[in-house]
This record gives sequence, structure tokens and C-alpha cells, in this order.
Amino acid sequence: MPVSLTNSKVIYDALKECHIRLLSALPETWLVHLIRMADDDPEMILVRLAKEEEGVGISAGAHFAGAKSAMLMQNHGFLASINGIVSFAHLYKIPLLMLISYRGSFGERDPWQTQGGNVTEPVLRALGIPYSFLDSADAAKKRIQQAQTLAESSLQPVALLLMRDMMWEE
Amino acid sequence: MLRLDCLRSIYSELENSIVVTIMGAVAAELHSLGHRPNFFYLQHAMGLASSTGLGLALCLPEQRVIVVDGDGSLLMNLGSLSTMARYRPRKLIHVIFDNESLLSVGGFPTATSTGTDLEGIARAAGIPRVATVRSVENFKAAVADALQGNELTTIVAKVEATGPAGYVTDLALLENRFQFRRHIQSLKKG
Repeated sequence: MPVSLTNSKVIYDALKECHIRLLSALPETWLVHLIRMADDDPEMILVRLAKEEEGVGISAGAHFAGAKSAMLMQNHGFLASINGIVSFAHLYKIPLLMLISYRGSFGERDPWQTQGGNVTEPVLRALGIPYSFLDSADAAKKRIQQAQTLAESSLQPVALLLMRDMMWEE
Repeated sequence: MLRLDCLRSIYSELENSIVVTIMGAVAAELHSLGHRPNFFYLQHAMGLASSTGLGLALCLPEQRVIVVDGDGSLLMNLGSLSTMARYRPRKLIHVIFDNESLLSVGGFPTATSTGTDLEGIARAAGIPRVATVRSVENFKAAVADALQGNELTTIVAKVEATGPAGYVTDLALLENRFQFRRHIQSLKKG
């Protein structure tokens, strides 16, 4: 499977440096290494979800508990989480660090991913969610730290879009 | 059985726990019994009270966490039962007030009014301890059992579809949220 192990490790190590203690996740192809790394890490609380919106509540609970968390999901999972984001994270000013695999964009071969790819950024903009891209290993660590810093200072969701060039080797 | 009487019967347990409630009648009634800084009322995001309780319980395994849920809210996030069962924090108690109704939006019947059994769903999801109760006495006993049991417990309390005249309290949402988090941080220092 050509999911980049090297770049997944870069992302995971950056999350650890940000003192992320809890990771909620719903598997998708690009996230397999990240989820396995979390599963193998005795310091990480990995919560495997039934649906991504649960992760909003779990991250809010972690925030109340004083623990830093992140959400790992596909862009379709982000779309499935919108009410939780609006009527919990936005309404109650909850910091959310969302790592979202950007399926259905340039280079996508799976037809079923393409509609979600079209709407991901417009929906992020409509929700007023600050977002940036993880498209190369060089900038990834700094950008993850910056995203978390902004989420914590602004008490709001911040999104990092995991791009094909970062996650996929072919 | 009235939800308010149930809440009153376990108020002293709630005072000594971290409590997350759903919106509407549950929030207004608990608030009317006396607000505490360890009570968080999730005034929207239906379905996520149980997820919030799970996040709290996983990060604070030594603290008792009680989620006060409802049939309408839980039916919007049944997957939460499977996620809670998967990680089954020992000190998490999940109370579901089942009035078979979406009371706060006008009393529309939910699927529990036509036979959906939330206790059965919770058991089949893998929640280790489950119960359904129909009297205040049995409700109080079920909560006492759960406190003793030291295992993830779901209690379905069948209550009447009646509630307070209004749902808005004088506690602003953000005031509640910041007070709640600050209180939990003070527990960790203590």
C-alpha cells in the first residue's frame, strides 16, 4: 500500500511534540499508519469511532479534562461532523485540531471520493474554520504546531488538510 | 415516574461527580435543583453528551463521570454506545431518561414509543452493566449499584413526557463551559 510511512511518522511525531494525549479516529486508507502508530503508543489514548462527529464530543471532554487532543478523519467524516462542530465546538468555544485527509482532489482515482473533494474547502470557508495544507514533510511539523497553537488560543476548530503529495507515494 | 424526582433522588451523587447533561428539560430541571460548577449542560449538539462523558472519563479515569442523556439524543448517536462499550471506562455512568418523546420540540414520539429498547441496544453494544427502571426507588438503587459496581453502566429510566415550563436558565452557555473546565482543573490540583 503506497501510503507514506515516512510522512505519516513525521505527522505522528509532530502531534507528540504538541503533547497530544488523545487521538480520535475513523480509519481511511491514508490514515492507516497514523492510526497504527497511535495504537502502538502506550502514552496515546486512541479512540476508534463509529462516526466522526463523536470525536467532537470526545475532544471537548478531553479539553475539559485538560488534555490536548486531535481528530483524524477523512473529509467525508468532516462533512459528517458539521452539526457537532457548529453546535458544540463553535457554540461553546472548544479548540479542535482536525487532521482531515483531502480525498477527491487532484489525482483522485476513486470516483466515489470526488464530490466530497469538491466541497471540502467551500464548507470549511462557510463555517469560518481556519485551515491550511500538509503537502510536504518539510513544513509539516511547524504547521501542525501552528495549527494547534491557533486552536488553543482562539478556542475554535482549526483544520489541516492532509494532501495526496504528503500521504501517498506512487 | 418524573425525571425531576429521579434527579432529586441522586442529587447528592451528582454533586460529587463530573456531570454532563443533554439540553432541554434535563438541563433545566437539574439546574432548578441547584447548579454546581461540576455540571455541564450541553445545550445543543444532540447526541454528543455521551461522547463528551467518554472523553472526560478516558482522560480522568479516577473521576466519577455521570452522563444524563435522553432517548431522543441517544437515538441520534447510537454508535456512541458501541464506542463507550469498546473502551468501557470503569467510573462512567450513563443515565438515559426515556420519555419516548422529543419533548422540548413539542412532544413528538420517538422510536422508543413504538418498541425500540435502549437497554437491549446498550447490552447488545457491549455495555457491561445495563438496567431499566420504572420507579424512583429503583432508579436510586440502580445508580447506587452502578456507583458500587465500578464498571461502565447504562441505566434506562422510563419517565413521563412532562417537563418544566421553560428551558432557558440564567446560566450563559459560555459561563457554564468555562466554570466547568476551571472546576475540573482545580480537582486535578487538589
